[in-house]
Amino acid sequence: MSAASRANRLTPYLFLAPAAVILAFALLYPIGYMVYASFLDWSPSQRIGEADFIGLRNYTNLLQDAAFGESFWVTIKFAAVVVTLEMIIGVGLALLLDRNIKGMSLLRTIFILPMMIAPIVVGLMWRYMYHPTVGIFNRTIKSLGFEEGIPWLSDSTWSFIAVVIADVWQWTPFIFILALAAMQSLPRSALEAADIDGATEWQKITLIKIPLMMPVLIVTLMLRLIDAFKVLEVIMVLTNGGPGLSTEIVALRIFRTAQEFQELGEAAAMSNILLMLLMALTIGMFFYSKLQEARAARMRAAAEQEEAH
Amino acid sequence: MPNIRLENLVKRYGEFQVLHGINLEMKENEFTVLVGPSGCGKSTTLRMIAGLETVSDGEIFIDDKPVSHLEPKARDLAMVFQDYALYPHMDVAKNMSFALRLERRPKAEIDAKIKDVAEMLGLTKFLHRKPGELSGGQRQRVAMGRALTRNSGTFLFDEPLSNLDAKLRGQMRAELALMRQKVQKNMIYVTHDQIEAMTLADRIVVMHGGYIQQQGTPEELYKRPVNKFVAGFLGSPPMNFLEGDLADVDGRLCVQGQGFCLALSDERRQALANAPRGPVTMGIRPADLTYAPDAGDNTALDLRVVVSEYIGAQSVLICDCAGQKVEVELKSDTPIALGETLRFAANAQAIHLFDRETEEAL
Ligand SMILES: Nc1ncnc2c1ncn2[C@@H]1O[C@H](COP(=O)(O)OP(=O)(O)OP(=O)(O)O)[C@@H](O)[C@H]1O
Ligand SMILES: [Mg+2]
Repeated sequence: MSAASRANRLTPYLFLAPAAVILAFALLYPIGYMVYASFLDWSPSQRIGEADFIGLRNYTNLLQDAAFGESFWVTIKFAAVVVTLEMIIGVGLALLLDRNIKGMSLLRTIFILPMMIAPIVVGLMWRYMYHPTVGIFNRTIKSLGFEEGIPWLSDSTWSFIAVVIADVWQWTPFIFILALAAMQSLPRSALEAADIDGATEWQKITLIKIPLMMPVLIVTLMLRLIDAFKVLEVIMVLTNGGPGLSTEIVALRIFRTAQEFQELGEAAAMSNILLMLLMALTIGMFFYSKLQEARAARMRAAAEQEEAH
Repeated sequence: MPNIRLENLVKRYGEFQVLHGINLEMKENEFTVLVGPSGCGKSTTLRMIAGLETVSDGEIFIDDKPVSHLEPKARDLAMVFQDYALYPHMDVAKNMSFALRLERRPKAEIDAKIKDVAEMLGLTKFLHRKPGELSGGQRQRVAMGRALTRNSGTFLFDEPLSNLDAKLRGQMRAELALMRQKVQKNMIYVTHDQIEAMTLADRIVVMHGGYIQQQGTPEELYKRPVNKFVAGFLGSPPMNFLEGDLADVDGRLCVQGQGFCLALSDERRQALANAPRGPVTMGIRPADLTYAPDAGDNTALDLRVVVSEYIGAQSVLICDCAGQKVEVELKSDTPIALGETLRFAANAQAIHLFDRETEEAL
């Protein structure tokens, strides 16, 4: 190989190098730092070099810690519930509002407002609305003639419901706009063909629209799921994890472990467990779609072979 | 198969009127072709029949039942779209069986039907492919197959061949003509290609600017166009138009223009006995002009060859007749030179005359 052609082959890597360097520092360094920290018994008063290396002890401690287990379970429950609700409501709204009526664009803009509000503000807003005596919910309930208001933030079941409602309120619009965008780029003539083929509105939704939107919906779902596992501010402001541990999601626990209990190593270990969970989810999703593709390809090949005979 | 009738069909988009009262009746098992230039309202008409577009005014009757308020699925028709409109996430078999599956027909019946249609269209090998994995021509056949698997009374086609290359289009056109013989159904076919119109149609409907210009068999329209637009639209190469005056010369009725004077046939003279003399537009098809060096003055045009387009056995000559453009066809092996003036005899029976102002045929 001549020098010139070798240089030619190396050129792309040369151009990629700056990006690779930045990526290494900005992305891998902090993650590496966190992974390393999770093997340390480290308090904020120490520099990282002074902390004791304790191997996997942080992790084993966590696995035996019932409170962490509880947090973990709350997080999964929370993420599953909010993402399911948001997907159903978001996609449902998109299906309803995907038409050209006057004023629809204004309506759409209003729908996505909640997403633009800072989470701390959302938390504060909902806290006032959930207030046991002066909050709008309980005042309404009482004015309807009921004696008792709902103990929104002081009962463990209700407080879970309360944080779910706040999160659904804030993040449904995210799914709504992505679903709407996907829906508007659907091939119009295929839907017209379905009209002629005799599909009802419902059949058009379930047999044409949803399947065609599926790739976008799956990505949306992943993004929301990852986000839901990491919510912090709204819950911190609303309930701060309580009452008891009923709304203490892992992110909040990590924050408190670092802030209040000054256990940086343990907090890092918790973060890592969360990270691994999310990575497992993403990789699982990736392989699932690969598997689907491979299966379809295999079926096709088999079918063609059969016909060849 | 049902009989479809359009009565004073009007379509407006806001203030903008696209169709101005279309009246049309399609007999049983007739292959009707709507043809016209781009934007003349062909697709709109077809989509209104299909129920994909609302009717602004007038009515559509299927078997004498008004249907303009009915959903597409209640109208018993199948449609082939210009962009095929296949369902991208379903394989060919699923695409073709979609309507049948919605009707919850028994699986055996569906399979048999798919097999039949796939065989007829040569799609058997592709039944398990998705539309994205097919060529343009194969997709086109799938679109056709999807319409055929349904047992509807009427088939609508919106420029089904316009996305294909010239060779494939010719091939598919022939296949369509063949399918037409096997499938006895009402067919309404939209195209802007006059060759498709001429070869496929039982009846051609020429549209222009939201009006029907003329309807009839291909032969009627070719031989007796009612106006200059229809005359110029059908036939390839297109009809030549020459400006001239209708005048009596030496006891014969002639069209006299710059550099030519053609005598009309006796029947024409009788028919036009009372017509006012004066400016007219004369139309004559290239096929009715034959190279004849010895032809007499009153039966021929003298044309100076400007461009010769070689297309094989025949060449199309673009000529000049005292400032007016005339196209003629000539055997390619005729020895001629550019710039040479040649004499072409005009078939007096085939001369068309149009009013200069209204462009109606005289
Ligand atoms: N949604 C619409 N809003 C306004 N005008 C429209 C709309 N759809 C079509 N038109 C107009 O209606 C006229 C007829 O359109 P149509 O699609 O029927 O033409 P066409 O004869 O099928 O032409 P082509 O051969 O290019 O497909 C055009 O002038 C077009 O601009
Ligand atoms: Mg069209």
